[in-house]
Amino acid sequence: MRIGDFRASYAHDESLLITRVQRSWMIGFVGLLLIFPWVGGSYFTYLACLTGIHVIAAMGLNIVTGFAGQISLGHAAFMGVGCYTVAWLDKWGVPFYITIPLGGVVSALIGMLVGIPSLRIKGLYLAVATLAAQFILMFVFREWDSVTGGVRGVNIAPAQLWGWVINTDKDIYYLIMLCAGMLLLGARNLLRTHVGRSFIAIRDKDISAEVLGIDLFRGKLMAFALGSFYAGVAGGLMGYFYRAITPEHFTFTLSIFYLAAIIVGGLGTVLGTILGAAFMTLVPEVLRSVVTLLTLWAPNAMELLSPMREMVFGALIIAFLIFEPHGLVEMWRRARRFFHLWPFKT
Amino acid sequence: MNLAPMLSVEDVHLRFGGINALSGVSLQVKAGEITAVIGPNGAGKTSLFNTISGFYKPQQGRMVLEGQDISHTKPNVRAAMGLARTFQNVALFRGMTVLDNIKLGGHNRMAANTLQAMAYWGQSQREELALREEIERDVIDFLEIDHVRHQSVASLSYGLQKRIELARALAMRPKILMLDEPVAGMNREETEDMARFILDLQEERGMTILLIEHDMGMVMDISNHVAVLNFGQLIASGTPQYVRNHPDVIEAYLGVRESQLATGQGV
Amino acid sequence: MDWITFAEFSLIGLFSGGLLALVALGFVLIYKGTRVINFAMGEFMMLGAYLVYTGHSWLKMPLWLSMVFGLAGISCVAVLVERFVLRPLAGQPVVSVLMVTIGLGAFLHGTVDAIWGGQNLEMPQLLSRKPFIWGDVMLPGAVFWSFWVALAVIAGLSLYFRYSRTGIAMRAAASDPITAYALGIDVRRTQQLTWVFAGCVGAVAGTIVASISSLSPALSGTALGVLAVVILGGLDSVAGAIIAGLLVGWLESIAVGYFGGKARDLVPYVVVLAILMVRPYGLLGTRDIERL
Repeated sequence: MRIGDFRASYAHDESLLITRVQRSWMIGFVGLLLIFPWVGGSYFTYLACLTGIHVIAAMGLNIVTGFAGQISLGHAAFMGVGCYTVAWLDKWGVPFYITIPLGGVVSALIGMLVGIPSLRIKGLYLAVATLAAQFILMFVFREWDSVTGGVRGVNIAPAQLWGWVINTDKDIYYLIMLCAGMLLLGARNLLRTHVGRSFIAIRDKDISAEVLGIDLFRGKLMAFALGSFYAGVAGGLMGYFYRAITPEHFTFTLSIFYLAAIIVGGLGTVLGTILGAAFMTLVPEVLRSVVTLLTLWAPNAMELLSPMREMVFGALIIAFLIFEPHGLVEMWRRARRFFHLWPFKT
Repeated sequence: MNLAPMLSVEDVHLRFGGINALSGVSLQVKAGEITAVIGPNGAGKTSLFNTISGFYKPQQGRMVLEGQDISHTKPNVRAAMGLARTFQNVALFRGMTVLDNIKLGGHNRMAANTLQAMAYWGQSQREELALREEIERDVIDFLEIDHVRHQSVASLSYGLQKRIELARALAMRPKILMLDEPVAGMNREETEDMARFILDLQEERGMTILLIEHDMGMVMDISNHVAVLNFGQLIASGTPQYVRNHPDVIEAYLGVRESQLATGQGV
Repeated sequence: MDWITFAEFSLIGLFSGGLLALVALGFVLIYKGTRVINFAMGEFMMLGAYLVYTGHSWLKMPLWLSMVFGLAGISCVAVLVERFVLRPLAGQPVVSVLMVTIGLGAFLHGTVDAIWGGQNLEMPQLLSRKPFIWGDVMLPGAVFWSFWVALAVIAGLSLYFRYSRTGIAMRAAASDPITAYALGIDVRRTQQLTWVFAGCVGAVAGTIVASISSLSPALSGTALGVLAVVILGGLDSVAGAIIAGLLVGWLESIAVGYFGGKARDLVPYVVVLAILMVRPYGLLGTRDIERL
């Protein structure tokens, strides 16, 4: 039950973790993250790395679509831009702490380019424009052999930091978590400053936003730039994680995956992004375990894994949109509200 | 006392296809005064506001704010120059709390860039806290909305929402406040509250106010100057007393017969 | 490229455009009727073709009966989709409705893959393969006849919407649902019918495409390119869909002629981006006006 929650200064009221309980939980969570690779085992560490990458990319999409309301169906392509930038720079031996931010920056520039139509078009039309960008970029990935290695792809050497080669999942786990932590905090901070507020204003009622002095075009472009930056960083990290990259890593299906992640998790919230990305990463793994179990009775059940993945994915999207449109984060908040007053009933 | 008008609308013509929304409308809004724009439905009042805000480009005429020609300035730049307005249908941002909505009024004064905002601690935090203090002191206390400041605007009553729209406009530190039907849909008590706030703004802060309103009682009570539009034209302009008895005004609202009865002509 | 080859590619392109226009019509029908962009259109095409295949190859029905079976099946699916997937989301933001059709598409795609498997199957031959020859120019028979089938369907639907009572009711409900309700039109029924029509149109198009190439779950991918056609023509314009279909078909064919097969996939997307920069609402679409 929540008691003693009073705030004596505006700074306290505006801070991210208000009560001592919240702070304790956060410290515990961070602690768990730090020791996770040592207690979780290699499979779960692998999953955690993948989740971390997905969380970063999904956060970028949530900034564009959740905060600023600009539908983007091309997010995976921006990841590809970041990844291929990293791969190309890596050929010259540029270290990861330069390639990854640069990958983000190049992605941001492309993202701003793709976001230019948002000046004149909204909603479904903008969705189709970003869809077109996705397919055009895919074409570039497949055809521009000299830079992207074409359909065969490229290899990326493991990241290195003063002789320490980041070779194993355990090592890259910390790099990914560090990036994710910083970028998620940045996104959360956006929401309590004028930049984030202006995005939401553009999303909710852009005419009102203009009258308040917000430059719509600059705002939308900034949202696209930020979202693509996040995607580019996620793409770069993916490059160092998988080490062998082909264009098939950045398909339209992946763009849909991220859109699903932020809708299932909760549009426009940071916690929702984390929940949604984790959920979407784990569901295929759970499914695989279930199907593996089924092979005990039906030996060729494995054939069904791929179609089943699609069916479950589609069904989840539909179910969440119909029954819980505000996503997992809303379920979480309901649970919290219940426990705030427990054992007294609302 | 400053005799130059705060806002001057000069001979504005606005056409949509074949419809003349505004025909040669001229209006002077004096600093520190409450000016009301009235007229039957469809007279062009909101079109006038939208033209002043910058959403519509008039085919002819110009607008001058504090001596500067704003006829070709973008809407968000006009806002930075001190033009604040509320809307007929409440245009609050439903995804945010009351406090966040009001803070958006101070958007133009925030100088931190995106990177600084993401880093928060430092310049951005200082600006945010300063803005928060200013809003709490000058706006929230004044409009008596401290009890709802953390609530989502979607859950509030209509009257409160209108007050928050006013709060947001006030947070812009405007030079001129344009209110489009501030008491539409309110009961007597809420109307009196709003009228009191508007008067307080004028008396305590010397605010210049331009408002569109249908509630004649309120208009006649609080305005210093009234302009009447009908079919896109300015048909009368002067003190509330003068306008109330003007034959053209009576004719516009009540018809020719009433006008003749009032002035005693042609009965 | 010499004149004859250019003419050949052009003609092939224009005639293939007929099919594109047909699929585009499916998109436009749903958008005009319910303001939804149906990202699952490709899956309707695919499912329709598979149902016809099932009727013919599994249930050993004669060809015409398989077609009826396919259309009936797709109509049932359309009704279920409208009732249980789209109607609960009425009034929700654009992003949600868009996502739900994407989710629907994924679900249908996975279902088909699970039931029929991912391999290429052979459709019964629907259209004569005999090439159509006009002077020095040769047109593959399937392309030639598919154009006329598409034209017949489009013409039939246009006449239906113009002159039949139900058709007029559907147009009324699409344009102003509230007034239509007030006039006694059952808007829910018309929306249901809209989905049924779109589903059938998709099934016909899918069956033709499958009989030209082959039948596999990958069939659904062709619809995304058609989205470009729809945007070019204007989301809510039937005439626009036809013109755009022919135009994009022609452009695709010419691009293949000059740049090779890979260019075909790129053309619709480049066209769409170019159009959206210059004329955001397409050639014949209606501009969205926002009331202040």
